[in-house]
Amino acid sequence: MGTEHILTVKELVKNFGTNRVLDKISFTVKRGEVVVIIGPSGTGKSTLLRCINSLTPPNEGRVWLDEREITDKHSDINKIRQEMGFVFQHFALFNHLTALGNVEVGLYKVKKMSREAARKKAIEELTRVGLQDHMEKFPAELSGGQQQRVGIARSLAMDPKIMMFDEPTSALDPELTGEVLAVMKDLAQAGMTMLVVSHEIGFARAVADRIIFMEDGHIVEDGPPEEILRNAKKERTREFLHKITELYGE
Amino acid sequence: MIEYFIEIAPELGYGLIFTLLFTFVGMVVGFFAAIPLCLIRLYTHGFWYKIVTVYVELVRGTPLLVQLYMIYYGLPKFLLPLGITITPYTAAFIGFILNSTAYQVEYMKGGFKAISYEQIEAAQSLGMSRWETIFTILVPQGLRFSIPALSNELIYLLKYTSLGFVIQAPELMTQAKHLASTHARYMETYLIVAFIYVGLTFILSKLSDMVDEKLRIPGFAPEKIR
Repeated sequence: MGTEHILTVKELVKNFGTNRVLDKISFTVKRGEVVVIIGPSGTGKSTLLRCINSLTPPNEGRVWLDEREITDKHSDINKIRQEMGFVFQHFALFNHLTALGNVEVGLYKVKKMSREAARKKAIEELTRVGLQDHMEKFPAELSGGQQQRVGIARSLAMDPKIMMFDEPTSALDPELTGEVLAVMKDLAQAGMTMLVVSHEIGFARAVADRIIFMEDGHIVEDGPPEEILRNAKKERTREFLHKITELYGE
Repeated sequence: MIEYFIEIAPELGYGLIFTLLFTFVGMVVGFFAAIPLCLIRLYTHGFWYKIVTVYVELVRGTPLLVQLYMIYYGLPKFLLPLGITITPYTAAFIGFILNSTAYQVEYMKGGFKAISYEQIEAAQSLGMSRWETIFTILVPQGLRFSIPALSNELIYLLKYTSLGFVIQAPELMTQAKHLASTHARYMETYLIVAFIYVGLTFILSKLSDMVDEKLRIPGFAPEKIR
C-alpha cells in the first residue's frame, strides 16, 4: 500500500438478506483526489459510502484509511471515524443545537478541546461555508442549503483526512444546490480528498479527478471525467449519462 | 358553605400539603430514577434490561391499589421481624415513587423514539461513542419530547395520590373522608375537594405548558398549525 493512497477498499461485500448490494468492490483514493461516484438508484452507491466508515458494517472485505484498517475488529472505529467526514443526504443535524452547537459539539465531546477553542474553531468553519450570520440559528430555522453547509462545517471542523458526501444536494432545489456545490468546489480547490456520491454531472465535470460509474453493486467504469463523460466504454454508462445530462443539464 | 369551608380548612390544608408532597416527591424522584432505567431499557440488552423490563411491566400491569396494599399490609410481615416498621407516609411515598417511575420510563421511551435515527449516525460519524451519543444527542432531545407525556403523568399522579386514603396516609382525600363523616356533610366536603383537585390540575397543566414552551426545540411544535 503506497502512502499516496489515503483510502483503500478491497473486495467489499454487503448483503441485505439475499440481496447482494455490494459485490466485491475494490478501489483506492489518492491524497487530494476528488472522486465522484455516479450510477442509477439502488446500485449501492450510498451503501458503499456507509460501509466505508462502518455506519453499515460490511459483510466481507477490508477498508484502510492510510495505514490503519477500519474493518479490523481491534481498531478503534470511533477514532478513525473522526478522520472521515460524512455529509448526509438529509443533513442529519442535531435539532436541539444551534448551527454553532452542531459544529462545536464534536470538538469538545470527541476531540476533547476546551470550550473556548472549540467555539473559535466552529466559528472559523461556519465562516468558511458562509454562515457567519446564522450561527445562533437552530436547524429548523435554516434553509436546506444552509443546513447542509452546517453539516459540511460540522465534518470539516474535525479536520478529517477525507470527506465523504452521500448525495449532498439531492434534497435541495437548484438554487440551494448551487450554494452547497460552491462550498464543495472551494473545498476541492483547497486540496481536500473527497469521495462524492452525486448526480450532479456539472460538478463532476468541473471538479472531479475521477468518476466511478456503479451499477448493480459493481464498479462498471472508473476514469477521468473527460474519458467517462465523452467516451464511456460501456453502452450502459453512455445511456445513463445521456439521461442524467438531459435531466440535470451540462 | 363558606363557614363550613373555613371550619375544615386547617384539616383539609394538612391533607393538601401531603397530597402535594406525595405528588411532587413521586414525580421528581420518579423522573430522576426513570432516566437511567429508560436508557437501560432502550439501549442495552443484558441483565439490567431484563430487570427493568420486569419491573416496568409488573408495575404497569397491577393496580396502584394492589401495590399500596402490598407495601403497607404485605411488607411488614417480612420487615417487622427485622425491627422495621412502615408508616402510612413511608408506604405512600414508596408506592407513588415506584409507580410513577415505571410510567415515566415508558413515557420517556416514547420521547426518545421520536428522535430521527440519522442523528445517531451523524454522531457516530463524528466519532462519538455509544454513550457519548446517548448523553450528548439523545438525552437532551428525548427528555424534551417527553414533556407533554410527563405532564400527563404529573396530573394523573396528583389524583392517584387520593388512593393514599386506603392506607390512611393523611392526604386530601383521607382528610375529606374523615371530615365528611364527622360533620355528616358529604356533598359539600367532596365538592370542595373536587374543586381543589380541579384548581391544582389547572395550575399544573399551565406550569407544564410553560416548561414545554420554554424547553421546546425550535421548529418542533407539531400541535401548532399556523
